[in-house]
Amino acid sequence: MSTTDIAGCGAPEQSAPLPASVDIEKETVISGIVRAGAEPVPGAYVRLLDATGEFTAEVVTSAAGQFRFFAAPGNWTLRALSRSGNGDATVSAARGLNEVALSVAA
Amino acid sequence: MSRDSVLVPADWAEKNLDTPGVVFVEVDEDTTAYDGGHIPGAVKLDWKKDLQDPVRRDFVNKQQFEALLSSRGIGNDDTVVLYGGNNNWFAAYAYWYFKLYGHGDVKLLDGGRKKWELDNRTLVKDEVSRPATSYTAQEQDLSIRAFRDEVVKAIGTENLVDVRSPDEYAGRLLAPAHLPQEQAQRAGHIPTAISVPWSKAANEDGTFRSDTELRELYTAAGLDESKDTIAYCRIGERSSHTWFALHELLGQARVKNYDGSWTEYGSLVGVPVALGDEPGEG
Repeated sequence: MSTTDIAGCGAPEQSAPLPASVDIEKETVISGIVRAGAEPVPGAYVRLLDATGEFTAEVVTSAAGQFRFFAAPGNWTLRALSRSGNGDATVSAARGLNEVALSVAA
Repeated sequence: MSRDSVLVPADWAEKNLDTPGVVFVEVDEDTTAYDGGHIPGAVKLDWKKDLQDPVRRDFVNKQQFEALLSSRGIGNDDTVVLYGGNNNWFAAYAYWYFKLYGHGDVKLLDGGRKKWELDNRTLVKDEVSRPATSYTAQEQDLSIRAFRDEVVKAIGTENLVDVRSPDEYAGRLLAPAHLPQEQAQRAGHIPTAISVPWSKAANEDGTFRSDTELRELYTAAGLDESKDTIAYCRIGERSSHTWFALHELLGQARVKNYDGSWTEYGSLVGVPVALGDEPGEG
């Protein structure tokens, strides 16, 4: 997997493949890769906060730095905690797949 | 009940890794986390395989629990220190479960696996085996476990605390947002239940908020301390976290965890369900 050639690009490469049981027509999927500079960050904790800032869910990034949530259409904040530092990003999600770039820095 | 006797910081844990009589136990929904690196000397428990009956929807019985703990090398007099992923959800569930079967000294590692990892503390892949014991459990302490009929009776009379996220409470989502949403049962909440998401009891790094902050949180949400309290979520693990905050940290006497939670209640025929952000009428 290519890990460094899209740094700075607004649309990260395709993240973790979706399970076959997931109906993308019905789900609002928010996914992406956590990076520190150009490097993906595995083992980062990514928190999904709702429009009021309330915690909704948390996942740990994969070996390739990937994360994924099943949410609902609307505005969300993503917050990453890692040994390489923390970072935030916001997304206005629609039904289907929503890709988000999330950077962390100390 | 003092905070120190039930909740230990990571520094304490690090100093007591080799202390005789202290057993570290990692409890996860997904035990590949343990296999990829665990606290030195910790044994693992699988929330589903080890703690749930394989056929009926219920817990393993007393004899099965005794066999489980005996095989893991946990003795009746051991101090059991539980930790895990998901902000200690399943570790808190196991804590409640150990209390249900009457274990004497159980503690939760504050911040669980997340804080341990973010602090860059040691994780190892060694296989851990402890000599088998002969563990004796007590009968279930049903003063801390709620069943559906008492939940229905509590509507409009006792404290019901829904600890799921606001969107699950309102009926906009059926499960936490890291899980797929397709499920059979109805969405919403138990009428008159107040919404206090479990996450409000925890800091971002997974540690519990201070006793003062916790007391303010539940008071502001309308929890009446003179009444009995039942906490629920979707499958009973996040509500164990809140049960721990209310019963173990704040020392409230009559608090039960409803392990059937929304996956049972939301599938019952004929019970009232409230939709939206307000508790609704009893």
